[in-house]
Amino acid sequence: MNHKYQPALFWFAVLNAVATFLLIGLGGLVTSHEAGMSVPDWPTTYGYNMFFFPLDKWVGGIFYEHSHRLLASAVGFLTTILAVWLWLKDPRKWLSWLGVAAFLLVILQGVLGGLRVRWQLDWLGVPHGAIAQAFLVLTCAIALFTSRWWKNSATEKQVPVRAALRGHVLAVTLVIFAQLIIAATMRHQHAGLAIWDFPLAHGRVWPVTTPEAIAGYNAHRPANTIGNPVTAFQINLQMLHRLVAVALFLGVAAAGFIARKRLGGADWLTKFAWFWFVLLTLQVFLGAATIWSNKAADVATGHVMVGALSLLVGALWWLVAVRRTRLAA
Amino acid sequence: MKKSFVFTVAAALALALNLQAADITGTITFKGTAPAEKELTPIKEDPNCAALYPGALPKTKFYIVGANGELADVVVALKGVAAKSTGASAEPATLDQKGALYVPQIIAIQTGQKLVVKNSDALVHNVHAQPTANPESNQVQMPNGADLTYTFDKPEMFLKFKCDVHPWMFAWVSVFDHPYFAVSGTDGKFTIKNVPAGKYTLEATHRKLGVQTAEIEVTDSGAVQNLTFAPK
Repeated sequence: MNHKYQPALFWFAVLNAVATFLLIGLGGLVTSHEAGMSVPDWPTTYGYNMFFFPLDKWVGGIFYEHSHRLLASAVGFLTTILAVWLWLKDPRKWLSWLGVAAFLLVILQGVLGGLRVRWQLDWLGVPHGAIAQAFLVLTCAIALFTSRWWKNSATEKQVPVRAALRGHVLAVTLVIFAQLIIAATMRHQHAGLAIWDFPLAHGRVWPVTTPEAIAGYNAHRPANTIGNPVTAFQINLQMLHRLVAVALFLGVAAAGFIARKRLGGADWLTKFAWFWFVLLTLQVFLGAATIWSNKAADVATGHVMVGALSLLVGALWWLVAVRRTRLAA
Repeated sequence: MKKSFVFTVAAALALALNLQAADITGTITFKGTAPAEKELTPIKEDPNCAALYPGALPKTKFYIVGANGELADVVVALKGVAAKSTGASAEPATLDQKGALYVPQIIAIQTGQKLVVKNSDALVHNVHAQPTANPESNQVQMPNGADLTYTFDKPEMFLKFKCDVHPWMFAWVSVFDHPYFAVSGTDGKFTIKNVPAGKYTLEATHRKLGVQTAEIEVTDSGAVQNLTFAPK
């Protein structure tokens, strides 16, 4: 359907996407600082209406959790406006429904966060973290669909992207999403680092996970101020996270090489693929730094944010590739 | 007449049984070098808490070992003992929050026994009990706020209390369904009181160093059992 580029709508969608990305960072800080339960009530904050919670009480873990709730409310508000705006002003019905989907997802996400507090269920943090990533992709996709490029691309000559390359990028992106779920599961064990050396793991290529070995690890954990003991499950989960990271690093590198071969080095999708590879390289370094810093909150949060960006770049690359291919047909 | 006779016999029997109860005592020691404790550096991130420690920051207290190897914070208890909890009539135990730390860090109570959690700090805390067998709870405690009272119905070892506002604050509460337990002091000594004569398995558990057991016999004069832990 023919539509008109609306700069105000586009920039509002970008604002929503940026706020969502920052919200993921703040959520990462909440978990990194083990502050998820520092405000025991919801939707109130220590009995106050959350918007009138006194500033002098924003201390310790409360600062992170309360800021996260306020920014989440702001994102919910922005998403609601965006959904209404799309519904009223954009002629593309599918995009209007995408706005509705974003609205429903942000409500679900807020309720999930609240229930995690009210029901005191650590594991609810895992779907909360995973939905956050999916929501970021959705908000950025809406920004892409409302962009000038999306509008103008329909009238410009497009170079198609082969199905194999599109499929490869989509597969890698889905594996990144799976990797983020593994990461969320690791983080919501609230047990600190299950393995605290890298590139080895408890001094070996593959760590021993016998009950005796686990007891020894727990007795000798460095700087362990985290309450929960390490388990064999957590160690195996981190090893899986490492293996998937290697696969993703190679997968994204392959995407760059294939894109250069098929599309040429000057194509901006090739450049975008190389940017993706740079992000993955940075992400591997941040993963190692998370271990070397004994899971310092800022480093671990940086790892969460670059992980979210990696998912986002893969998803946007794929959407652009699909758009170009359809228009070229 | 008949009634008072029955009462007298019952009282004499109770006294005789009580005479047969004695204490189990002992000393827990640690042989070897304990891993170094770490400074609780996150305290520096909270100005209110940092102000409590103008000098050196407190450290973790996972291995409290005396000059001669005396090991504190070991939970010592009879295992598989056929006795009922007397928690409902026992004195309440107290867990305090002082200097943005839980004091003591290791404590043991009975099922049904009251655990009073105090806040002696001019700081807000959330008291987050994270049991595995008992229900979880998370409550606010304002600066110098009213005491919170907990009871637990099911036994479990090292039930975790934490403060999410100050994520370095932890205490571990062991809950037993009988009265025969103790926690070793800084001199490594423990006393389990009024144990009926008989043979038992004594189990000593350190949160980091694991479990030591000993088969013991309590006679009219009690029993003495020392135990030694080593690094894992």
